[in-house]
Order: sequence, then structure tokens, then C-alpha cells
Amino acid sequence: MVESEINIKKIIAEVLAEMGHDVPASSAQGEVAAVDDSPLVDLTTEDLKKQLLVPEPANRDAYLNYKDATVSRIGIWRSGSRYKTSAFLRFRADHAIAQDAVFNDVSSDFLKEWGLFEVKTKCTDKDQFLTRPDLGRELDDENIALLKKNCNERAKVQIYVTDGLSSTAVEKNARDTFLAMEQGLKGHGIEVGAPFFLRYGRVPAMDAIADVLHPEVTVALIGERPGLATAESMSCYMAYNAHGGMPEANRTVLSNIHRGGTPAVEAGAHIADVIKMMLEQKASGLELKK
Amino acid sequence: MREQVLSVGIDIGTTTTQLVFSQLTLENTASLVTVPRIEIIDKEVIYRSAIHFTPLRSQNEIDDHSIRSLIEREYQAAGITPQQVQTGAVIITGEAARKQNAEAVLRALSGLAGEFVVATAGPTLEGIIAGKGAGAGVESKKRGATVVNLDVGGGTTNIAVFKNGEVIDTACLDIGGRLIRFNNQGTIDYVADKVASLARALNLNIATGQRYDQTVVDAIVRRMVGILEEVLGLVPATSELAMLLTDHDLRRDYKIDYVSFSGGVADCLFSCGNSDPLQYGDIGKLLGEAITGSKLMQNIQTLTAIETIRATVVGAGSHTTNISGSTITVAPGVLPLQNIPVLKLSTEDEALPLDAWGDAIRKKVQWFNLDGEKQNLALAFKGPENLGFDEVRVLAEAIVQGMEEVLCKTCPLIVVIERDLAKVLGQTLRNRLGFAKDVICIDTIRVANGDYIDIGHELAAGNVVPVIVKTLVFNY
Repeated sequence: MVESEINIKKIIAEVLAEMGHDVPASSAQGEVAAVDDSPLVDLTTEDLKKQLLVPEPANRDAYLNYKDATVSRIGIWRSGSRYKTSAFLRFRADHAIAQDAVFNDVSSDFLKEWGLFEVKTKCTDKDQFLTRPDLGRELDDENIALLKKNCNERAKVQIYVTDGLSSTAVEKNARDTFLAMEQGLKGHGIEVGAPFFLRYGRVPAMDAIADVLHPEVTVALIGERPGLATAESMSCYMAYNAHGGMPEANRTVLSNIHRGGTPAVEAGAHIADVIKMMLEQKASGLELKK
Repeated sequence: MREQVLSVGIDIGTTTTQLVFSQLTLENTASLVTVPRIEIIDKEVIYRSAIHFTPLRSQNEIDDHSIRSLIEREYQAAGITPQQVQTGAVIITGEAARKQNAEAVLRALSGLAGEFVVATAGPTLEGIIAGKGAGAGVESKKRGATVVNLDVGGGTTNIAVFKNGEVIDTACLDIGGRLIRFNNQGTIDYVADKVASLARALNLNIATGQRYDQTVVDAIVRRMVGILEEVLGLVPATSELAMLLTDHDLRRDYKIDYVSFSGGVADCLFSCGNSDPLQYGDIGKLLGEAITGSKLMQNIQTLTAIETIRATVVGAGSHTTNISGSTITVAPGVLPLQNIPVLKLSTEDEALPLDAWGDAIRKKVQWFNLDGEKQNLALAFKGPENLGFDEVRVLAEAIVQGMEEVLCKTCPLIVVIERDLAKVLGQTLRNRLGFAKDVICIDTIRVANGDYIDIGHELAAGNVVPVIVKTLVFNY
């Protein structure tokens, strides 16, 4: 303990003694035993849409209807000019979930269970991925060779999964979306190339992949930048005849795939029909007529 | 991308027959980067017919020829041909629905009014349609309140209770403005049987041929209004309430915030026309005035209905068509389908593990008498939340097992879900059935046991289908 800290403790002890209180050290034993050690409730398990903190709403049902229509934090009440402690803690907890989604890696267990092989962009780690978007769009020779070895070139449809900005989104949704998509495409008589996982991938990495594998349609399932409403939202980017330098406007995107948005399986079934349209029209993005 | 749908509403009531044409506007309200969400964004009544007396051949028979030519003339006046009409409803309401030839008239008119127009009758649906036409449904949603609409017509009073936009209760009573009628000389021409019984309960005598007696008629009208107070729970219920109910009573286990009135009698609430109480040769004016002075308007806050005498026909034209979810599975060339009975799984059924659904479905399918090759039913359920793909396959397998009796026929497999699941489940069912069976799997539609549904031709490039839910029994 540094000297100043010892001095402060001494002063506090003297002040407390003067006020007629015991010094904390001597009374601590009994109080510690009274602390509740049972596990705390996970704040984020509470469904915000059903939680109304306004103490005496004039019309509770109507308020809950409004809440049901938005993910915004309305009806959270206040203490003076500030949030209530529970609302503030929930805000912090949701922010922490969003951070985890960005900084955590997609687990190798997830890839093993699915049986996906892994390739990587030119980023060497998460920090570099976040600070160097340019490297998240490119593949080195080693990874290009890996792709060539494991995938057939010129597949009708090449689907891959990539972490993007939310590993959580990928782990929660990608498999169900893929399986529904694959079933839908098979129903249309469309063959799908072997899927794989791309680590540290940005959206335009699909151009680099297409330059290696030349599929007719390239499809990327990618984690979206998380927000406070959900950290589990995934997007599906698709392009007909993708290639390096292609215009951004030629990408078709379907976003908001998560349990609070479009359910993963339903999204997959829909994407299968969109891909079929792309193959029929030989177009994607703004050129695709719906 | 906007699309216009032309809808017709035809209401053949106890007293009047009316027609409206409505234009429904569909639009994809979702952003460019999400799955489409096609919704009805506008409903506009573009033509209102004159209000005709319902032509009757006798007290028990509707004059179908006259009605037909009447409707044909209105089509011509509006400049619309039946082929242009894509959806809508023909509904026979009030006492008229109990005429001997009501069904036959409906069928004849339904053909005239375009391919996908619903023909229906039944007090539950009537009340709901009238309440929506009167604006009670929308008001209850806007105000976050419970609004009860009383559609007081010539033969019946149809009641629908809306809470936050949803129907929560209905009832129908034999109370109306034309249940006692007079000729020009003030002599009674007609007294409905139920009214005669009501008079007897009051120790009064009323019969055809009698002169208008203000004391007697006033007493009967006041009693009718008293029974309306009873049904809303403003005064204790009596045995006469039970007598005048055509079917079931209101539950009265909720608080009513507002009341609105529609139907022809609603136009007489603050006295209408001249000072002659028998101006229309019936008790409509007296009934309206008695309602104004009653607890119905004094004890509950009143909302002015946006439609009164036209509430039912506007409801039939503008508020019967729902739009399915925008990710669905529809076999080509199968639609439209009409009058499909609904088998809705109960909450208990849905709580079972997915692989046990097959037995639950099979048991309930047996309740339906599916004789004949074309007899079909629609399997309906709310649907589990957050299903994974493997679970979707288990669910599809259970449906195939449970619906065996339907699947061995030539008719399509129809599944109606509340939650957003129809595209993947439909594809999974098609896959499971080896693409050999027509599958109609639609979602975002809420139905109940006892409902019948009609599913129309695909709209918005095949993304959605119009669905009309005919609620004949009220049980949710």
C-alpha cells in the first residue's frame, strides 16, 4: 500500500470513530456473511418489448403495442433526469454483446460440426481485420491454392460463410439459412458448390473468390455490424458473374436475417428463389428485375 | 411497385340492398435490402350504389331475379364489368339470411360478381364486417381501447367488440327498425314473431291489423333498448335477452371504453327527417331516439361511426380481403380455392414436441367428414418460434403423417400459418412429397377453428395471395 492510501485510511478511521461508528475492518465479518451469493439474473434475457418500466401507464396495453412495433427503448422511465439503473445496465450489457460479436472469432467447433474448410483473407488477426479493410478483401496465394484444391471451378452457385463484423450472427443463422437455401435450389434443379468459411472477410472478398472459382452466382453469408437492438443479424450478398472491379450496384443484398427479423430458414428459402431469378436473367443488383 | 385491386361489396339486408366498389392499393413497404413485405396501404371506396329496398317475393323468399337485375344495373352505372373485379364479398345479412332461398341467391350473385368473390352469411361475420366498415376496428387500434359497435339494421342488431384493432367478441340480437311495420293509414302490417313474444312478456298485445298505439309501441321499443343495455352489461341481464339473441351472448368480461352505432337506425339517433315518428313506416326512428336517451349513449363515451347505413357494405367491399405474407409457397394453376374449412391446432397441440404433431393432426382430421375426392381442409397453426432447418423437416414430416387422408386425394395440401414460415415449410413439404403434390403454404394469416377461407389468385408478381377469412363461429 502506498503511503498516501494508508494515511487516508487512518483519517477515515478517525472520523468514523469520532462519529461513534466502528471502524469497518472490525465489523466486516458479520456483514459479509449476509451477501447473497446466488447467481444474478442475466439482464439480457428480459424481452425488452414486453418490459414496461413506466410505473402507472394510463393505458398499459396500448403502450405495449407501441413497444411491440419497435426495437427502440421506449417506456424505460427515468430517475430525475437520468435513466433508471436497470435501463442503464441493460444498455451497457447490450453494448457488451455487440462488442463481443465483433471481437470474438467464429469458433472452430462450429466449423467442425458443419464440416466447413477454412480459408483466410490477407488479415493476420482481428485487430488488423478491423483496421485494414483493404486486406479483408484479398486472398494470398496459399489461400487461393486451398480454394482451388477444395472447390470445383465454374459452379452454378458458390455459397460461402464469412465472419464480417459479427461472428455471433454467423454462428446463429448461417447453417439454417444455408440448408434452407440448398433445399430450395435443389428443388429448382440448381447444383450448389462445396461451401467453405472465409475468416476476416469483408463483402468485396467475394470478387476475389469469384476471380479464383468463377461461379455463375457467388453468395456470401456475412455477419452484419451489430447494434444495440441485435448482434445476431446476418446479411446475404449475391452477385451474378462477380469479378474484381465489378460495380457495387451489381450486388443483391438481403439483410436483417435473425430471429427478430426474417427467420434464418425463411430467408434461405427466399434466397433460393432470388438466385433462380439471377440465373434466369443473368443479372444481379440493380440490373435484376423483380 | 404499386398494384391496384378492385373489390366489390354487396350487402343484401333485411331492408336494403347495396353495393360498393373499393380500390385496394398494394405496395411493397419493405426496404430494397430486406425480404418483400407487401401490404394493403390504401382502401378507397370508388363507387357507392343507391340504397335499394331488398326485393322480396314473399315474407320468406328473396326475389332473386329482381336482385340480379338491380346489381347488373349498378355495375353498368359504375362502368365496371364482373371480369374486372378481383375480390370482395356478397353477404346476406340480418333476417334476410334466414329466408328460404338465401343460399341460392348468394350462389347466383357470387358468379355474377367475378371469379373470386365470397358469398357468405352468418351473424358473426356480419357484425365484424359492419364494425370494420363503421371504423370501430381502426378507432380501437388508434386509441388503444375497447370499442363496441352496434350495427342496428332493419332486422337485427349485430355487435362486434374490438380491442386494439382485434375482434374479441360478437353477438347478434333480433332487434331492428323494421320488425314492426305500418301501412300509410298507420295500421300494423307486420310484426316479427320475436317482437310479439317480447310484447307478451310485457303483458302487451301487438298484432297485424291493429292501429298504431303510441303507448304500446313505445313500451316495446324501450324494452328493446333495455335489452341492448343488458347485452353490454349496463344493467343486469334478464331472460328476454336470451330470447332475442340469435346465437351466443357477449362474454362481458372486459371493460368497454367507447361505443359506436351503425346501420340504418344509427341515422335516426338524434331524430331524423320530419316530426312524423312513422315517417318510414316502421319503428326505426323511435328506436334511434330511444337509444339516444338510453344508458348506451349516456353511460359510455360515443364515437361517431364513419359509415352508418353503409357500414356493412363498405366493410364487405373494403375490409374482407387480407393479404398473405410475402414469402409463401403456391403451386401454379391451383388458385383460386374457395370455402375451405379450417382445422386449427390448439395451443396444447402446438406445445407438443414437433414429432408428436402428426398424431394430433390425424386425430383432428378425422373430425372432418372428408368424403369425396375434392373435399379438402386447410391445416392451420400459429407455428413455433425460431425453428432451425432440421426442426422444419421434422415438422414437415409430422404434417405429411397427419394429413395422410388429404394427401391420398387429388386436391392440394393447404397449410396456413401465423408466423413467418411458409416459404421454407412449403419447400420442405414439396421436397418431402417428391414434388408430386400441389402445396399451398401461406403465412401471416390468423384463422380459428370453424372458419372457412378463400384463397385468390397470386398478386404482386406471385409474392402474395389475397385471403378472405370467413368467421362463422366466434371462438377466440
